[in-house]
Amino acid sequence: MRLSRLIAIVLVGILAVSLGAVAGAQDMVEIEYWQYNFGARVDAMNMLIEQFEAENPGIDVVHNSDIPHANFTQEIAASAPAGVGPDVVTLFYGWIPAYVDAGYLVPLPEDHFSEEFILETFSPMVANSKFEGSYWAIPTAVRSLALFWNKDIFADAGLDPESPPATLDEFVAAAIATTVYDGGVKEIYNISRQGHTAALAEQDHHWFREVLVRQFGGAPYSDDGRTVTYNSEEGCAAFAWLAAFETEHMTGSVDIGDASDAFVNGETALHVDGSFRVGTIRGNNPDLNYGVAELPVGPNGEQHTFGSYWTHGITRRANEDPARLEAAIKFLQFITTPEAGTLWVNNVGELPAQLTAASDEAILADPILGSFSAGLAYAHSTAFVNETEQRQVLIDAFDNIRLGGMDPCDALDEAAAAEQELIDNFWADRE
Amino acid sequence: MTLARKKIFWAYVFLAIPIVFFAYIRIYPALFAFQMSLHDYNPLAAEQPFVGLENYEKVFEELGRKKSATKAAFQNTISYVALGVPIQLCLALLIALMLNEIRFMSTLYRILFFLPFVTSTIAIAWVFRMLYQPRFGLFNVVLQMLSLPQQPFLRSPQQALPSVLALVIWQGMGFAVIIFLAGLKQIPRTYYEAAEVDGASRWHTFRYITFPLLNPSIVYLLVLQTISFLRMFAPVVAMTQLGRGGPLDSTLTVVLHVYNEAFGSYNMGFASSLTVALFALILGVTIIQLSITSRRIN
Repeated sequence: MRLSRLIAIVLVGILAVSLGAVAGAQDMVEIEYWQYNFGARVDAMNMLIEQFEAENPGIDVVHNSDIPHANFTQEIAASAPAGVGPDVVTLFYGWIPAYVDAGYLVPLPEDHFSEEFILETFSPMVANSKFEGSYWAIPTAVRSLALFWNKDIFADAGLDPESPPATLDEFVAAAIATTVYDGGVKEIYNISRQGHTAALAEQDHHWFREVLVRQFGGAPYSDDGRTVTYNSEEGCAAFAWLAAFETEHMTGSVDIGDASDAFVNGETALHVDGSFRVGTIRGNNPDLNYGVAELPVGPNGEQHTFGSYWTHGITRRANEDPARLEAAIKFLQFITTPEAGTLWVNNVGELPAQLTAASDEAILADPILGSFSAGLAYAHSTAFVNETEQRQVLIDAFDNIRLGGMDPCDALDEAAAAEQELIDNFWADRE
Repeated sequence: MTLARKKIFWAYVFLAIPIVFFAYIRIYPALFAFQMSLHDYNPLAAEQPFVGLENYEKVFEELGRKKSATKAAFQNTISYVALGVPIQLCLALLIALMLNEIRFMSTLYRILFFLPFVTSTIAIAWVFRMLYQPRFGLFNVVLQMLSLPQQPFLRSPQQALPSVLALVIWQGMGFAVIIFLAGLKQIPRTYYEAAEVDGASRWHTFRYITFPLLNPSIVYLLVLQTISFLRMFAPVVAMTQLGRGGPLDSTLTVVLHVYNEAFGSYNMGFASSLTVALFALILGVTIIQLSITSRRIN
């Protein structure tokens, strides 16, 4: 008897306390924001949230960034059926079609994010992510690819450390000149310093699709993005050019280690990467003596680069409650202003998505950021339907060449067929 | 209620708690997988349309192709079982027989063989991944010292599967060794003494006494290890690039393929139908094994 009385008292107590808490929090709206874990991004977003909450005392933003990059889609997938998850989510732009397809995102409200406003104020690649007549997400920052080179290795190899390769031919020559083999025997496993490593699992699949294919005179996809066209004669020449770094010139291999890690550690001379790598270098090897230049021009003399961004969308969950939706919209507006972009570039190294902030004098004059910023004018972004799998087909094509000895054109044909199937399946389900 | 009945009653009540828990977190989701496999189940979507047997048709269609991830996943999984189980059990039996003979420091040896089994798979897999590294990985350093050619191991579509398998065999062996040792202790010494008196050779003793009387242990391990090889997942994730079972799907297992499809591509319906196919495979293999191996031994 005594025990049950005790339990009853405890229960009543808990009830009273929780009722009190609810009453106290009544005019407080709590929204949840999710992004993947990347130190600099988390810090920058914490600063933005702090500013936002100071300006909007009625809104509490819960920041969940305890999700490894590689598990981000999995965590979202696990949270949705459970009815929990973010109100505002940061996703890779290439995932927008899949998220929209599932009905996970709601369109950005026209009255706050009109097409006119987006076209006028944001980088053109943001406007490209319009999907089925609506905008579904809006970024704080954008990135482009550029050429990283290690000045010490250049000097060591007798090259001018201040003049990076400007053409693809010069790029190959510099990669060969800077590669060092143990005992002088030209074999992959003897490489002790890499000139350039073709790494399709990292940024090189983007470099191939949107840059090299165009520079060799081809087109990666049809204009509507629904037909793969990179398996042309020109595309094959571009793929063979890229694969040759491992199979013919033997200037590096992902079998030795991650290409970006190798560059950050000062073991590679030339590397193609995004502005986010600047932050990694700053954090892990601040003494690295490197420079960043615009990507080399191709045989046809054209400049291209790949542009991409992590972008923020409002979820179905926020849409269920008017108060939360309103708070989510306010938050989204706050984190996509030019000021937020400036805070972002200073902390993360990615360029502001808003043109006024991106064309800031200081950024254009910056020896590192300037090249990325210049690239925004000629950047293309791929209209992915399933970015992970579309990347995988090119990784497999490259592995077929380097591990299976397949002809580059055959490998590319196989990749194109597999990627076409992914695209067709996606659209077949939607129509 | 008498006191004895009361005791029994409460025993059932307490037992019911884990049973209800088990049913909710294991049996209910397993049954739910069957239901999901009949739907175009996207975990992000609000609605999951019913598609009948379409997902199963896709499984068969992909299995029939010359080259597909689904086909590779099933082929590899069968290779893991067909190579892994016999090698592991033979080695474990051999080691158990030797451990059973020695007296000096026998506990230390047993611990050494059992240690890998109680170590985290992910940690061990990462250590092996480094041992397999070109240039500075231990295995290649040894090869280099012996003036033998460097091997790509995990980087080669031909060598990757055996390389992963080697780790799994080694890690799980301690468990099999312990079970065999327990089985060996059960065999009465008098049988061996009788055999010795009859002048039986060591081989005959093993063939006609040890092996038949170890049958329960062998059956137990055969079934258990087969199932564990059929469900392989963690070592492949930890040892391959991006955790995707490469290069070129050469180490991909069915369970990893299910995971990629369900949580990577959001094709949870298709992934569920793969799970059901794997369930059927495990059930079939187990029934066959039990019917062949569990004959009575006199």
